[in-house]
Amino acid sequence: MEQYEIVIIGGGPAGLAAAVSARNAGAGQILILERDKELGGILNQCIHNGFGLHTFKEELTGPEYAARFISQVEELGIEYRLHTMVMDIDRKKVITAMSREKGMYQIQAKAVILAMGCRERPRGALNIPGYRPAGIYSAGTAQRLVNIEGLLPGRKVVILGSGDIGLIMARRMTMEGASVQVVAELMPYSGGLKRNIVQCLDDFGIPLKLSHTVIDIKGKERVEGITLAAVDEKGVPIPGTEEEYECDTLLLSVGLIPENELSSQIGVTLNPVTSGPIVDESLETDVEGVFACGNVLHVHDLVDFVSEEAAAAGKNAARYVDKFLKKENIYGKEEADPYHGQSQAAVSLIPTGGVRYTVPSIIHPDRMQEEQVVRFRVGRVYYNCYINVYLNGERLLHRKRPVMAPGEMEQIKLKESWFANVPKNAEMTIQIEEA
Amino acid sequence: MYDVIIIGAGVSGCAVARELSRYQVKACVLEKAEDVCCGTSKANSGIVHAGYDAMPGTLMAKLNVRGNHLMGELSEELDFPFSRKGSLVICREKDGLHRLEELKERGEKNGVEGLKILDREQVLAIEPNVSKDVIAALYAPSAGLVCPFSLNIALAENANENGIEFYLDTEVQKIRKTELGFWVQTSRGDYETRYIVNAAGVYADQFHNMVSEKKLNITPRKGEYYLLDKSAGTQVTRTIFALPTNFGKGILVTPTIHGNLLVGPTAADIEDKEGTNTTADGLAAIAEKAGQNVSGLPLKKVITSFAGLRAHEDGHDFVIEEANDAPGFIDCAGIESPGLTSAPAIGEMVAEILRKKLGLTENPHFQGRRKGILDPSKLSMEERNELIQKNPAYGNIICRCEMISEGEILDSIHRPLGARSLDGVKRRTRAGMGRCQSGFCSPRTMEILSRECGIPMEELTKSGGESRLIAGTNKDSF
Repeated sequence: MEQYEIVIIGGGPAGLAAAVSARNAGAGQILILERDKELGGILNQCIHNGFGLHTFKEELTGPEYAARFISQVEELGIEYRLHTMVMDIDRKKVITAMSREKGMYQIQAKAVILAMGCRERPRGALNIPGYRPAGIYSAGTAQRLVNIEGLLPGRKVVILGSGDIGLIMARRMTMEGASVQVVAELMPYSGGLKRNIVQCLDDFGIPLKLSHTVIDIKGKERVEGITLAAVDEKGVPIPGTEEEYECDTLLLSVGLIPENELSSQIGVTLNPVTSGPIVDESLETDVEGVFACGNVLHVHDLVDFVSEEAAAAGKNAARYVDKFLKKENIYGKEEADPYHGQSQAAVSLIPTGGVRYTVPSIIHPDRMQEEQVVRFRVGRVYYNCYINVYLNGERLLHRKRPVMAPGEMEQIKLKESWFANVPKNAEMTIQIEEA
Repeated sequence: MYDVIIIGAGVSGCAVARELSRYQVKACVLEKAEDVCCGTSKANSGIVHAGYDAMPGTLMAKLNVRGNHLMGELSEELDFPFSRKGSLVICREKDGLHRLEELKERGEKNGVEGLKILDREQVLAIEPNVSKDVIAALYAPSAGLVCPFSLNIALAENANENGIEFYLDTEVQKIRKTELGFWVQTSRGDYETRYIVNAAGVYADQFHNMVSEKKLNITPRKGEYYLLDKSAGTQVTRTIFALPTNFGKGILVTPTIHGNLLVGPTAADIEDKEGTNTTADGLAAIAEKAGQNVSGLPLKKVITSFAGLRAHEDGHDFVIEEANDAPGFIDCAGIESPGLTSAPAIGEMVAEILRKKLGLTENPHFQGRRKGILDPSKLSMEERNELIQKNPAYGNIICRCEMISEGEILDSIHRPLGARSLDGVKRRTRAGMGRCQSGFCSPRTMEILSRECGIPMEELTKSGGESRLIAGTNKDSF
């Protein structure tokens, strides 16, 4: 069986940044497994610009952003395999992969980095009544058809859901000659970034209807129209508010789901809120030596933060392997090893008061950096409120935020010094305080 | 001049075609859709019923039990997925106990073997997720699960391999009696035949009434379903039925043969024979009733919902006979539940009628065994590697949810009566049937279909007709 120190599942933005960072942190044999025909993942079909403002201080397109990382991977001589599907990973980190060229084979990894990304929620998950004609696409599928294949899936479009891909596709379809009539959003707020609403809808005069949903799909063979209705605060359609739209296409941008089938096969515990693995400060899952980053961990808005998170995962995986190797090599001289459950303390991060989840959700103070980034999302829109952080009842952070929305990921930094002398199994709560 | 024209390539029509192909006969199947298995046969519970529901003495009862009996051997001959998992009819109220007993007696009269009434503890021991209110259940070990698409397609392929012609996209419009038999006008030319088998599902009354004065009346009875993700597929291991009432068999919960969980159907009589749309009321009704007999149903894991139309004839029995006043016109009508189960027996029965009428002799070249699309997940790693070496397409995964390779998709296109549309590939291979519902694989499958069939991307359809997937190319309207 082939052996690698670190095997990275997925060659998208998370996998690439994790690989580069792991190599820079000293890891030797790294292998990226990618199922598509090229590295870069979903960035390859994101031909609009706006990527890299944080990372490179300039506006890049998706493929350009990916290319920066791909060239680093090439320069660092990191090995990768394309057209390769990972079929299974077991608890001992034996990876079963398959490709046309190599058939089905197994690899033993010392550490695994999960970077499989996410997939789009389909129509079926929404229980929209009606027929099942052609012309219903998830926004990302339409994006691939338009941006990679040059094919226009339809000419008269309604978009359900205001996730970022839906907003981006409203603009793209318009620029390619389709007429986008309306974007409907079930919630009273958009699921996407403010800047995308301005640049993709407002600038093109496309109306956004909040608290609206599709209640019927017409057309048996191809979509012929949809019925839109306003919904009450429980999301239930309000009779009498129905509006008919003639269209040949319904695009759905109704949420992304981290793709964790492989994680479950390994035995990694998932967080029901994010559908991604539960991880600690090192982005290590509850299966030792298995790390997660990017959209497989929790869905991000900006690729810059994916890269940042993945770099941390890569570095920590390299540190893990280093420890792992030392333990093997210096037989009998085993040091107290914080990576194998002998940590002094594990502080649980408890999201509360409007915070839906945090990543990470466990902090081992003896393993943390001087500053630890914690990312989270809120459950609704908040104005002029505070983010509070409490450790064992003591308030350590009280930061004012003029506006927070579910569509925009938040982040705070925890200081290592806060955790000095923290008792075992302490709890840290993160909450929103309304003014 | 055909000996036999079969109208409809659903499971009944194809079962008849396959059984008929045992004989030397010039026969064809006319189907208005672009593929076989496009009507009632594609949207149902996928269950092989034991046979205790139908009243003793009815054709339904007889063919259900016979079809159930034939299914095991047929699944081996034709290589489609079938498994005898058993079923339970759940009784939660004391007044229901006598109805459970009645069902058991009825089943025994019908010839169903192995029926047993289990008490609460016995039920919960084998199905721990059944509602804790259960007081007893009727256990039928002979009930099973089948892939309705695979059964229908296997019958069609095998019939075709044995010489039965299939004309798809061919809608029968008029039938007229002639001296020698019938003249059949279709959307693609006219046909003449001595015999007609009317297996037209919800439309069977229309064709029957064109030639007979003794009218049939078929009402489409809509059944809506939820299909849940495979991660919910182990909620129950057998089909869980509600205790039937005068209003029907109620909402069932069953694993599918491929490991998903299926919940449904509703029952609503409608007028539109094309009304396969789901409705807000129907979906809400399933959600409301689903939990009555099985607890903890994770309805958040729904991956799709769909509706099918049962062909309910006023007499509520299968109508399988030569029309009194139209000699040569064999009805195969009113095939509602348990029609899928009964299909092998329907095929046998209709072929026997035709054999006698036409004096058919055996087809010496009949080959009753058919090989289905290879399922590589059933192979060992060594076997799979051998396969990929011989045909690298089996190493290229196209549908990541169901792990379907390009090899399987190519097979589905190039076999007899191969797939021509996205749904055709889906029904044959399961590509696109998983939790992402084809979001990932549809552009890739479209490319393969386009390349292999020589159909431009703009002409490809989801399911034939006007169901084109692509409207044009970028900026083509400027």
